[in-house]
Amino acid sequence: MLSVTGSAGPPVTGSAVLSVAGLGKSFPGVRALDGVDFTARAGEVHALIGENGAGKSTLIKVLTGVYQPGEGEVTYDGSAVRFATPLAAQHAGISTIYQEVNLVPLMSVARNLFLGREPRGRLGLIDFRRMHREADEALRGLGVRVDVRRPLRELGVGAQQMVALARAVSVDARVVIMDEPTSSLEPREVATLFEVIRMLRGRGIAVIYVSHRLDELYEVCDTVTVLRDGKVVHTGPIAELDRLRLVSLMLGRDIGDVREEGLTKFSGRHDADSQAVLEATELTVRHQLDGVSLTIRAGEVVGLGGLLGSGRSETAKAIAGALPPDAGRVVVAGVPVRTGSTPAAIRAGVSLLPEDRKAEGIVPGLSVRENIALAALPGLSRFGLVDEARIDRVVDTFMKRLRIKASGPHQKVGELSGGNQQKVLLARWLAMNPKVLLLDEPTRGIDVGAKAEVQKLIDELAEDGLGVLLISSDMEELVEGSDRVVVLKDGAVVEELTGDAVTEDRLMRAIAATPAARATTAVPTAPGGDDD
Amino acid sequence: MTDLSLGGRTRPDRDRVLRLLQDYGVHLGVAVLLLVNIAFTPHFLSAENFRTQAVQVAPVLIVALGMALAIGSEGVDLSVGSVMALSTSLLSLYLGYGMWIALLVAVLGGIAVGVANGALIAYIGVQPIVATLALMVAGRGLALVLLPQLKDVRDPTMASLGSGDLLGIPYLVLIAVALALLVAFVVRRTTFGRQLLAIGDSRPAARLAGLPVRRVLILVYVCSGALAAIAGVLATARLTASDPTSLGNLMELSAITAVVVGGTPLSGGRVRIGGTVAGAVLIQLLTATLIKHDLPPSWTQIAQAVVIILAVYAARERGRR
Repeated sequence: MLSVTGSAGPPVTGSAVLSVAGLGKSFPGVRALDGVDFTARAGEVHALIGENGAGKSTLIKVLTGVYQPGEGEVTYDGSAVRFATPLAAQHAGISTIYQEVNLVPLMSVARNLFLGREPRGRLGLIDFRRMHREADEALRGLGVRVDVRRPLRELGVGAQQMVALARAVSVDARVVIMDEPTSSLEPREVATLFEVIRMLRGRGIAVIYVSHRLDELYEVCDTVTVLRDGKVVHTGPIAELDRLRLVSLMLGRDIGDVREEGLTKFSGRHDADSQAVLEATELTVRHQLDGVSLTIRAGEVVGLGGLLGSGRSETAKAIAGALPPDAGRVVVAGVPVRTGSTPAAIRAGVSLLPEDRKAEGIVPGLSVRENIALAALPGLSRFGLVDEARIDRVVDTFMKRLRIKASGPHQKVGELSGGNQQKVLLARWLAMNPKVLLLDEPTRGIDVGAKAEVQKLIDELAEDGLGVLLISSDMEELVEGSDRVVVLKDGAVVEELTGDAVTEDRLMRAIAATPAARATTAVPTAPGGDDD
Repeated sequence: MTDLSLGGRTRPDRDRVLRLLQDYGVHLGVAVLLLVNIAFTPHFLSAENFRTQAVQVAPVLIVALGMALAIGSEGVDLSVGSVMALSTSLLSLYLGYGMWIALLVAVLGGIAVGVANGALIAYIGVQPIVATLALMVAGRGLALVLLPQLKDVRDPTMASLGSGDLLGIPYLVLIAVALALLVAFVVRRTTFGRQLLAIGDSRPAARLAGLPVRRVLILVYVCSGALAAIAGVLATARLTASDPTSLGNLMELSAITAVVVGGTPLSGGRVRIGGTVAGAVLIQLLTATLIKHDLPPSWTQIAQAVVIILAVYAARERGRR
């Protein structure tokens, strides 16, 4: 029953198992999916890729019964279906392995594997001996050796993922959906996972594989579907699509396009000091960062490029003390900073504008004034008492300088537009007089006008001598706004673009480069922006 | 997007009414109860009666002040009743060394419980409700170990603290009002107060803004512990007896009620001291009204429950906005 090596009937390679046609799905204010056609075939590993907001998660949720389709229909096994609940989809033979393991941590490994379908002995009691033996066999088949009697939570994340996988493949699944299954696996475990995937393919199971790691896609997938802004922009055999083309499809930027200058508000290059204001060396965080080093000079904007999941936000957080690194050093203006401590980083002059503005940036219930003064509060106080007059002055200065539009300093920040919220956060940090600003997606989700203003502000700040690290999924913004671009892939720096090499073309090539071809394309230029 | 075509006029009006009700409903409630009692309760409008009501509400109010801070930080402090018991035990044990030393020891006991609560929450990451529940059980136990049974407190200074007055206003009431003003000042004017509100509203944002989250949380529970200990001392002075078995029983619930009814949301980020004072007075008046009209005490609890549900409903409706 739980043997993973046995075959589940004759594999019918090539026939469509699960497909959608003309699928549309809207949420208030968002068109998440629009006319999507997608087909998963038996014995095929189908990569589903796209950047943030492309619609991957929505599509998967429709396929697994979490969401109901708005328009279009789902066909499973030749007939139109409607999965009312995720459970209905599971019973029909669609197994999903999520990024976050969804098992019961306190139960034993074996109990988790057999949850809801435990082998019964006489009197209807659970036959533990049989359950443990079969669980052990199933996991061995996946190359995992653990004591199946131990609670699941005592296992590493990778091993837990393997348990989830063993569970998924042992329930006679016909479709297995994997959502970034390798994000927390060791290389050895990844190899095992790929073997399992190939075995599933051999058994005629349709595998839908979601990942941002290009190397993996090319290694294990047969077909690829690229989503962008809720639409399918490409579908076909992955072997026929070269990496560069794939990256350009994902990002929606064409290779060799004549770059239209002046669409962003960036002025171009800055005159950077020769002196490094921030030096991060060999930052390493398990499963997330692999020895990332970068330098920012006073007065320059350094872009951090890469796909989703390449470690951009993690790098910024590690520098800002919000993500404790396992190894690595951060030096600000020549002084080493204790890593893993936000207050220490802030005292040293490093400020982070987080990617998730609403959850990690603003304090929505407090006023514009309190939000701006939040970080600088100890400096604006005397003997623990807040100096209201000084706060008023600081708030007034920054509301004017950053052109923050609010009904007044006492309006709640949660009521402002995204762009103004972002400006409030910038004001919060500028009030601290920082040396380095780490900006993670500073213009995401804000309207065009505000976007231009924020871009202009970033420019001004660099001209005023700040060191700026700019993370943006908007290639144009990244390229036009940055003096240099450090390119990340799978948590490691793969290339640094400087001078004339800072182009969208080069950036996409760097992202798409195969591991062997890495690090040979860097163009050496004199340190600092030397144009204009 | 909200649908404005249907009832586009009435919705904002309804919102405004709800908001006003949440912010000032408690004051309205107090006013209504006062008027009802003045009209229908015999001998209500007397200095003696007001004095009694005020003296009875003082300890609850003092505990509720600390509770408001804990709730404002998106936490709760269930150990306050046990801290009162602990402080009364310590007080009568150390009274032999002089009243002031005994007072100091009693308050230090409350601070120690607060440090333990805060450390469990801030450093070990235990949920506030669980951490303070542990201290609630342990605190009462320790109080009973220190003083296994009721003991009379025969100290003249203590007795005058409990029943004396200044210009006709009982010391207990004066102290409660002074503490309310102090806590209101702390919330509004100090760095600690601002940081507390930010942490209660959005912990991840507060952390990324470099706020000393742990230090602030510990201080919150230290304040709550100290205030509960002071309430324990004052209750002991009024009763002229130390009774660790019953002193402060269910006090945590009364305090939470006062805070929530006063418009401080359980989701944190906001502390309303004026509302908390009114909330404590409201509960006191409600109890007094029912007792004076010869309704059984169980009715009081039911009435309290109704008031809590109304307050939480108003808060929830607003949160949905």
